[in-house]
Amino acid sequence: MNDFYLIVKNLTRKKMRLVLTSFAIFIAFLIFGSVMALNNALNSGVEMSADNRLVVTNKINFTQPLPIAYVSKVKSVEGVKDVTYANWFGGYYQEPANQVITMAVDPDSYFDVYSELILEPGVKERWQKHRTGILVGERMAQAKNWKVGDRIPVSSNIFSQKSGGHTWEFDIDGIFKGQDKQTDTNYMVFHHKYFMETQAWGGDYVGWMIFTTTDSALNEQVAKVVDERFANSAAETETKTEKAFNKAFIEQIGNIGLIIFAVVFMAFFIILVVVGNTMVLAIRERTGEIAVLKTLGFSSKRIFNMVLAESCLLSFLGGVLGMLAATIIVKGASAELASFLPNLILGQSVWLQGLAYMLLFGLITGIIPAVSALRLNIITAFNRI
Amino acid sequence: MNDNNIFELKQVEKSFNKGKESISIFEELNMNIKQGEFLAIMGPSGSGKTTLLNLLGGVDQPTGGEVWFDDARIDSLNEGQLAKWRANNIGFIFQFYNLMPMLNAARNVELPLLLTNLSGSERDKRVATALELVGLADRAKHMPSEMSGGQQQRVAIARAIVSDPKLLLCDEPTGDLDRKTADEILEMLQLLNREFGKTIVMVTHDPSAAKYATHTVHLDKGQFVPEEA
Ligand SMILES: Nc1ncnc2c1ncn2[C@@H]1O[C@H](COP(=O)(O)OP(=O)(O)O)[C@@H](O)[C@H]1O
Ligand SMILES: [Mg+2]
Repeated sequence: MNDFYLIVKNLTRKKMRLVLTSFAIFIAFLIFGSVMALNNALNSGVEMSADNRLVVTNKINFTQPLPIAYVSKVKSVEGVKDVTYANWFGGYYQEPANQVITMAVDPDSYFDVYSELILEPGVKERWQKHRTGILVGERMAQAKNWKVGDRIPVSSNIFSQKSGGHTWEFDIDGIFKGQDKQTDTNYMVFHHKYFMETQAWGGDYVGWMIFTTTDSALNEQVAKVVDERFANSAAETETKTEKAFNKAFIEQIGNIGLIIFAVVFMAFFIILVVVGNTMVLAIRERTGEIAVLKTLGFSSKRIFNMVLAESCLLSFLGGVLGMLAATIIVKGASAELASFLPNLILGQSVWLQGLAYMLLFGLITGIIPAVSALRLNIITAFNRI
Repeated sequence: MNDNNIFELKQVEKSFNKGKESISIFEELNMNIKQGEFLAIMGPSGSGKTTLLNLLGGVDQPTGGEVWFDDARIDSLNEGQLAKWRANNIGFIFQFYNLMPMLNAARNVELPLLLTNLSGSERDKRVATALELVGLADRAKHMPSEMSGGQQQRVAIARAIVSDPKLLLCDEPTGDLDRKTADEILEMLQLLNREFGKTIVMVTHDPSAAKYATHTVHLDKGQFVPEEA
């Protein structure tokens, strides 16, 4: 027998209480793990953004187009390295529920600006010469089971063709990979020119521009120069770093994030109070036993540690089970949500945070009963019982 | 200090603060307890018996005077030192047994050994010996709730002697037991005193319990009084 044995025996002496309290903690960490994974997935775009990449959109909002003539004007700004542009296509494959993220891009510059995307040698050149060619991101190709050489119809519920149809046919020329595991490759790109020439209201405009700077220290200055150049024109611009752009994009759903956070916090707080209160009651019930242990010669500090260890053990019991359940749920969900939340995983960092919170939770719920056990006076305790 | 004395109380004072009032229990209490003695302390309820036992056991501290144990003063030790001293020197036996409800008999007996450096096998041996001595070798795995009061008190005695202390302090050890069971417990204490040389101080208000002791003192209103006829 050792102290740990006593702690476990104390923790498990009332089975129903153990089940209820550890279930409450289980729920708290189940929510924590899932929400943290979700939050990380939402933010992964921000984390992965390149430092020296900026996005130029119409100042009114980013769905408004910009004249194509702007591209060469941006290119001439000092400090700008490469410029490219893109247009949103959206699209679905075969049926509207089967959304596929598709963009019309400039084949000559797109991969210069997005240098973290990797192609096999010769693929880019072949695609550049192939008007109806499309390049598919690895994750999307895997999800749809597409291969190089496949001909795929992609339909739009925004755009229509000059000929009247809503469906474009593309030939897969290649598959691009990401440099990192987290790099988003769940989309595909085709020729901007092909798009403009075939769609009903085609014209000389682009959805937005993306450029890199020669040095990220120049970002702010270059952005200012670009926006000033187009000030007081028909289409004023707003230039942001990609990081800020992605962040602003997520912040559109940021309020939901805040609500989720508030709910998690509330759940945690309530469960903390309930478990803390249960611990106080559990230790109060043992007043006489603690007095006996002290009489036998157990030091107050040792008993303090035992109470704290008991609450931490309870916290880790419920918490680890909750995080395990969250890991399983997130794994299941990530397969379902792969197309719009590609980086949904409950990884090591969330686990480490979870373990730290379990320790904190255990210490907070244990500290009040531990201090009262520490201070418990043998004489008054025996007089009370 | 007299070589025969295990305890010496010199001019011991004890008072409790109740709010602003101070209640004095002992004023200038003097007492010697000899090595090997089985001392019964009798007296009416509220006369200070438990308080005295607490002072002897280092569970409580006097407000004045000196408490000597062997050749050391224990009244000046701090809380941590006293805890260690109790673990090394005293076995406690309570009126209501005070076993841990979630531990079986053997684990209860083993409890004081957690405060020693004995190896696991040595502990097991001691626990077995102690349970044997109180006649409960076959109940080692039983939980307190599965045992009678007399059996629980025997487990408590085994717990008190397992670390082989010199001194046993018992506060009304038979107060909750019927006559027959009480006599068994008292015989056991007497055996520990006679055969194993344990010094025993026992608080009781049962005159027939006192008969098992080698000496009896009477306490009334915080003072020793001669036995009334
Ligand atoms: N912690 C305490 N605080 C205040 N008064 C106490 C305390 N402990 C004991 N007393 C008082 O001291 C007196 C002696 O108590 P005690 O030693 O328990 O007597 P006995 O054990 O002989 O019945 C009683 O009047 C009791 O109320
Ligand atoms: Mg008493």
